[in-house]
Amino acid sequence: MKLGNYDMDKRLAGYAAIIVIGLAAPWLFPGYKAQMTELWLFIVFALAWDHTGGQMGYNSFGNVVFMGVGMYVCALTQVGLFYSIADYTAARGGGTIFIFDVPDFLLGLALGLPAAAIAAAVVAAVLGSAVLGMRGQYFAICTLGLGIAAGEIAAGWEWIGAGSGMTTPNPPDGLGDINRFLYFLSAALAVATFLTLRWIYTTRLALAINAVRDDEDKAEAMGLPTTRIKVMAWTVSAIFLGMAGGLYGNLKKFIDPVDIAFSGATVGVWMVLMAILGGKGTLWGPVIGAVIFQITKEFFWTYLLGWQRVALGLLIVVIVVFFPQGIMGWVRARYPERFGHRVEPAAGAKGEGARP
Amino acid sequence: MNEFFAQLVASLPSNLRILVEAPIFNVQLILDGLLIGAIFALAAYGMALVWGVMKIINIAQGEFVMLGGYVAVIFAQNGIHPLLAVPVSGAVLFLVGWLLYRAVIFRIVEEDLFVSILATFGISILLQQLMNQVFGGDVQIADAGLGTRFLFSGFVTVSDVKLVSFVLALALGGVLVAFLRNSRLGQSIRATAQNARAARVLGIDTGRVYAATYGLNAAICGSAGALVAMAYTIHPYIGLPYTVRSFMIVVVAGLGNLAGVIAAGIGLGAAENMAGFLLGAQYQLAFVFGLLVVVLLWRNWRLKRKRQYLK
Amino acid sequence: MKYLLKSSLVAAAALAVAGTGALAQETVTLGAAVSLTGKYTTDGEHTKRGYDLAVDMINKAGGVKVGDKTYQIAVKYYDDESTPATGAALAERLIAQDGVKFLLGPYSSGLTKAIAPVTEKYGVPMVEANGASRSLFTSGYKYLFAVLSTSEQYLSSAMDLAAEKAAALGKKPEEIKVALAFENDPFSQDVRAGVLDDAKRLGMQIVIDDQLPKELNDMAATLTKVRALKPDVLVISGHAKGAATAVRQISEMKVDVPIVAMTHCDSADVVAKFGAAAEYTLCASQWASTLTYKDNLFGSAADFAKLFNTTYNYEPPYQAAESAAAVMVFADAFQRAGTLDPAKVRDALAATDMQTFYGNVKFDETGKNIAKPMVLFQVLKGEYRVVAPTKWAETEAVVPRPMMGN
Repeated sequence: MKLGNYDMDKRLAGYAAIIVIGLAAPWLFPGYKAQMTELWLFIVFALAWDHTGGQMGYNSFGNVVFMGVGMYVCALTQVGLFYSIADYTAARGGGTIFIFDVPDFLLGLALGLPAAAIAAAVVAAVLGSAVLGMRGQYFAICTLGLGIAAGEIAAGWEWIGAGSGMTTPNPPDGLGDINRFLYFLSAALAVATFLTLRWIYTTRLALAINAVRDDEDKAEAMGLPTTRIKVMAWTVSAIFLGMAGGLYGNLKKFIDPVDIAFSGATVGVWMVLMAILGGKGTLWGPVIGAVIFQITKEFFWTYLLGWQRVALGLLIVVIVVFFPQGIMGWVRARYPERFGHRVEPAAGAKGEGARP
Repeated sequence: MNEFFAQLVASLPSNLRILVEAPIFNVQLILDGLLIGAIFALAAYGMALVWGVMKIINIAQGEFVMLGGYVAVIFAQNGIHPLLAVPVSGAVLFLVGWLLYRAVIFRIVEEDLFVSILATFGISILLQQLMNQVFGGDVQIADAGLGTRFLFSGFVTVSDVKLVSFVLALALGGVLVAFLRNSRLGQSIRATAQNARAARVLGIDTGRVYAATYGLNAAICGSAGALVAMAYTIHPYIGLPYTVRSFMIVVVAGLGNLAGVIAAGIGLGAAENMAGFLLGAQYQLAFVFGLLVVVLLWRNWRLKRKRQYLK
Repeated sequence: MKYLLKSSLVAAAALAVAGTGALAQETVTLGAAVSLTGKYTTDGEHTKRGYDLAVDMINKAGGVKVGDKTYQIAVKYYDDESTPATGAALAERLIAQDGVKFLLGPYSSGLTKAIAPVTEKYGVPMVEANGASRSLFTSGYKYLFAVLSTSEQYLSSAMDLAAEKAAALGKKPEEIKVALAFENDPFSQDVRAGVLDDAKRLGMQIVIDDQLPKELNDMAATLTKVRALKPDVLVISGHAKGAATAVRQISEMKVDVPIVAMTHCDSADVVAKFGAAAEYTLCASQWASTLTYKDNLFGSAADFAKLFNTTYNYEPPYQAAESAAAVMVFADAFQRAGTLDPAKVRDALAATDMQTFYGNVKFDETGKNIAKPMVLFQVLKGEYRVVAPTKWAETEAVVPRPMMGN
């Protein structure tokens, strides 16, 4: 980092401001806790998507698979520790009433979230070694198919509730405001994701990932083990997506296999959109994209009721067609020197030549 | 996991037994698959056209089918025979496609395929909800009022409307091929597909060709949709499976290979029906999307082998 | 930081005060997320009309008397797009942002399953009329009340009928073969669980047990199986869409089964849509306009049907009736609680014991209505006629149904 002291100070002040706002938000906007929790999770989704989509050039519509796997594994762990899952998910109801007290609930989450991360990572490694050999549009559509197929399979699997879905454990009263609890967990996960990716982007792995995006054949010719790199990158994404999925399930409290867990047509596309909106291949882009997207989405769903998806479709078209570089891309083209790109005075025509 | 497989395996033998003990039902399943397969092939041919000429993967393909279906539904509701809707929905959808091209698509023709996937995805969401607002989310049909035919002493049934739609689908495919081969516009389309720049140099207005191609694709899908509404059912959210089927057929058959597209379409229809029967209907869509993954893996594996030869 | 915290607390407190201030006016607002778009549109519409009609009647009758004040009722609607995710988000919004203190249920068990945890979290009572799956009542929810009979009862009487009429089919009850085709959603799956239990109880054999995808458009594969295995009873459940698809394809493929029973035929309006093809179908219903229940607001069940018909120009399916009843249950609880405090209203709801035009309402400790049986219709000459239970039967069921012939 070749930053002046002044820049460093400014940056630190910026981070501090975000932390303060983040900590105070549940009290500042008490009515919006659920939406703000969702926002933190969206940030994780967008960051994790961009890790392979933006940085590596592998545009996946199927990252919901990891989210969904994480969601189910976390919920199944939370329930399975204390009750028979088949009873819990039975369509007829299990005959008993399932109650989770505070230690049960906390233990369930403490074991469920790591389990979700591991399961998602394993799925990513296995799927990745199979499908990451595909290029470009074939990969994109293949992952779209994967996401929907996963949802349909979950919807047929009776043990996990099939199409009836599955409720996550009802949080005990002793836990206080469950939304605040989830808010801070999600915020912590988002910060951890951000910091981890920020660290990864300073390592050689990031260079390799970018090399795959810029020219995979050349990267391979230069001796990079591209397949391994791709699988590794997707697995890293999956770890965060899995944990975020576990929390998302607990936030929504009801896991529908097709509409919530493997929601390829909603969350699966939204995460792509958030990353593109903010700026693909940048660290802050997905974060900014998620914030704007979540606000816009809530706005649409409140004021354009019934037409919200028409508006969303329009939004997608407008973003993709007119702002494919996203906000950060636009800013970078405008102020390349802020991004550490040297600008030759002679060739310094605005925007052009801003690539590293 | 165990229970899942146990259930899967347990459901296999009994269904399989039916097919072994009463082989006539194979005929029924394959026939049904064949009849709908022709419609899949029609939509797939449109997708191949747009993909080949404009380098766009059109995710809104299934929505064009859906829109065409609603034209037929409007006809049926107003007492006009829905068979008449087949050409009309083609014309209406041609206009829709043309307008969409002039509004949005022309901007993404030169972009990479991922942009076209996302942008057309946006269009598809938009069209779904729009139709939902106009017609509601209900399942609709355009009743053609035709009867049912019985074969093999009543063991196999074929509804006439499915037969008619099958024949019409094939006829439409034929007309399309003749059009591309012989008409002036068709020739420009093919020239543009081969080399857009050369076509431009030779004085072909490629913008117009693109608009016509996209409109033509929408028109094909629209007519197919009218057939779907008559022979099956229609609702605002049926699009995506049609898109995925088209994509799969194109991947298997390749671009610009009508015979291959028809064969793949009919094969897919039959395979899907068999899978729905054997695995249970709840896995039919899983089968379609799973097959997509398998087909793509197979293609990848083939390419890899080719690359190894080059070494 | 500390200052920020404090000032935000003050702001929150001010908001809370403003919220109660708004309530002190003469209107009590109920919130509802219903399916105005998506796959449950038809049934969602019936639900909303039921709510609207009851609210209208109550307001015309002078509103609800709570303590010494009289309130008008209003409903704030959102469209849940028939997806649980949106439903839950909207419930959250109704409660947290719009400050609604009481919720009416959405359409379908799936949506109710998604919304119930939210209302529970905020301690907001929800009276629902369209979530019948028993799996709703095992989480120990204290704020969820359902006015309808649970799903396993839907087709129970149809199965009993099949056993009774076994002789007419030339069989013993144990020889009766049953085919099941159920949508893969919480409601239909619980109906299936009930039918499986019934089949076991009556000793019948299940020969087909197909689950249909939610986006179901084509039952050809299942019906081919039915033709191969020649069951005596075909049982189908899949909301309005499932009923419409089934009736259409059974007649189109000429699948002859002596007994065909399903849910939601009246809501799908199969008689008007498919005419003769719907004939002899057995339909489970929560309610019928010929039943003898009465209340002071609508009068008899027939009066409700008449009013509904003049308002919306079609016969009320039971979804509309039960939804109207849900509003009445709320009004009754408000009056008995004498306050609009959610916890007190909840207790009043738990103690509900009333008769409405729709049937008796009395909740058990898990919140489901245990005071009302289901009825079974058969489509005869284009009309829905009650054929079971015997207490309300207008006519004898026609079993087996005449063959369509090849």
